[in-house]
Amino acid sequence: MENGQPRSFKIRKIKEKVFLAATMLATLAAIVPLFSLLTYVVIKGISSINLDFFLHCPVPVGESGGGMANAMVGTFIIVSIGCLFSIPIGVLGGLWLAEWGKGKRGFYIRYAVDVMAGFPTIVFGIFAYMLFVLTMKRFSAIAGGFALALVMLPYITKTTEEMVRMVPRSLKESALALGLPEWKVMIFVVLRSAWSGIFTGIMLAVARAAGETAPLLFTAFNNMYWNFRLDQPMASMTVQIYNYAISPFEEWNNLAWAGSLTLVSIILFITLFVRKFSRRVTYG
Amino acid sequence: MDEKIIEAIDLNAWFGEKQALQNINMYMQKNMVTAIIGPSGCGKSTFIRCINRMHETIPGAKASGTLLFKTQNIYSRKIDPVILRRQIGMVFQKPTPFPTMSIFDNVAAGLRLNGENNKQRLCDAVEKSLQEAALWNEVKDMLQKPGVSLSGGQQQRLCVARALAVKPEILLLDEPCSALDPISTGKIEELLHELKKHLTIVIVTHNMQQAARVADFTSFFLLGELVEFGKTKKIFTAPTDTRTEQYITGRFG
Repeated sequence: MENGQPRSFKIRKIKEKVFLAATMLATLAAIVPLFSLLTYVVIKGISSINLDFFLHCPVPVGESGGGMANAMVGTFIIVSIGCLFSIPIGVLGGLWLAEWGKGKRGFYIRYAVDVMAGFPTIVFGIFAYMLFVLTMKRFSAIAGGFALALVMLPYITKTTEEMVRMVPRSLKESALALGLPEWKVMIFVVLRSAWSGIFTGIMLAVARAAGETAPLLFTAFNNMYWNFRLDQPMASMTVQIYNYAISPFEEWNNLAWAGSLTLVSIILFITLFVRKFSRRVTYG
Repeated sequence: MDEKIIEAIDLNAWFGEKQALQNINMYMQKNMVTAIIGPSGCGKSTFIRCINRMHETIPGAKASGTLLFKTQNIYSRKIDPVILRRQIGMVFQKPTPFPTMSIFDNVAAGLRLNGENNKQRLCDAVEKSLQEAALWNEVKDMLQKPGVSLSGGQQQRLCVARALAVKPEILLLDEPCSALDPISTGKIEELLHELKKHLTIVIVTHNMQQAARVADFTSFFLLGELVEFGKTKKIFTAPTDTRTEQYITGRFG
C-alpha cells in the first residue's frame, strides 16, 4: 500500500494500459494495409498518368501510348444505367420496408435484401448474362448496368429503410393532420426529410458499383473504341484495368496501374465528398 | 350562440384489445375553447385524436360510436379522413416543423401540397396565418430560414400557423405547451383568446391552471371515462363529482 493505493488498483492500471496498447496496435494493423496499398498505387500509377491517358482510347499492341478515355466514360454510363434501375426500386422498397414492412412479409423481404448484400457479385453478372446477353445475342452496356443495379440495390434499400425509420412519427402525424393524402406525406415530408441520408447511401452504392469487375466481365464486356450505344459492348475502367494488367506488355501493365490510381481516386473522392456534405437532419 | 359544432355520442376507442375510451358523451360549442384535463393515460389525447380521425392511423387502433361534426357523423363511410383533417386542424405536444423546409415553406406546406400554386395567394395565406399565430413580427424578415432554426416556443407557433393556413374550422391542441417555457406558454394562451373569435378550439392539457385560464368549458377524463363536463368556472369552483374535486385540488393524479 503506497499513498493509499491498494495493489489491486495498480494491477488494474497496468491492465488498462496493456489493453489500450493492444487496441491501438490492432487499429494500426487495420489501417497499414490501406495506406501501403494507396501509396503503392500512387507510386506505380502516377508515372503513366498524362493527358493522353485521359483523352485517348486503348491502342493495339505494338503501338505505344493509348489511354482509358472511353473506359472512363463507359464506367460513367454503365453506373448511370445501374442507378436508373436501382434508385427508384431501392428507395421505394426501403420506404415500404420502413413504413409497412412490420409483418411477416417485411421480415422475409428484409432477409432477402440482407442475403443479396452478401451475394458474390459475379452471380449478378451471370444473371444479367442470361437475361440480356443470351436473349440479345450480344454483350451490351445495358446488361452491365443491370448487373451493377443488382449490386447497388440492397445497399440503397437498406439505407433508405434506416433513414426513413429515423423520421419521427410525430412529423408524419403533423403532415397527415394537415389533410394531406398519405402518399404525399411519404414523398414530400418523409422521403424529403430522410433524403440527405438516402443520398449518402446512393453515393456509397455508386462508389461500390464503379469498382466492380466481375459483374461486367461477361455483360458489358469491353470495347477498344468509343461506343455510346447502350445495346453494344462498352468499355469500363475495371475491365480495362483487368485487360491491361493480365497482358504481358510492360506498358500496358503500367496503364493498369494508372487506371487503378484514377479509379481509387474517384472512389475516394466520392466517399470523402459524401462524408463532408451529408449533413444530418435534426428533427424538431 | 351555443351551437354544437362537435358532439360525441357513445364514442368508444381501442388500442388493439385495450379499450381507451368508454362511452364518451360530450360536445364542443362553436367559437369556444374546450379544455380536456385528466391524469396521464386517461384517454384525453385519444379523444381529440378521434375528432380528426388521427387515432386510427396507429396500427391496431379503432373507434366506434358517433362523432358529429356539425350534422355529419365523421365515422360514416362517406367521410374521407383526408378531407376532414383540412377542416379540423391539429397541433401536437412537441413542435414538429418539417426539418427540410423554410419558415415560409412550412406554413405553405398544407396549401402547396394540396395543389395551390399561385404565388400571391400563397404569400398572402402565409402572412395571414403567421399573423394569426402571433409570429409574423418575429419572422417576417427571415421567412427563408429553416423552420427548425426557431426557438421551441416559436416553432410551436409556427406549427399553429401551419395548421391555420389550411383554414380549419376547429383547432385541436394536444398538450401544446408541455414542452415550452412559461413565457412561450403565455403567448400561446393569449393566442387562443384571439383565435376563438373565428375558430373552435379543443385543448388537452396537464396543467389545470391553464385550463382555468383559457377554457370556456372543461371536461375531466379518468381511466377512459368522462367524469364531468361543464362550464370551466363550475368545474373549478363547484364540481359535482368527488373525483373531479379530488383531482383539481391535487389530491391525486
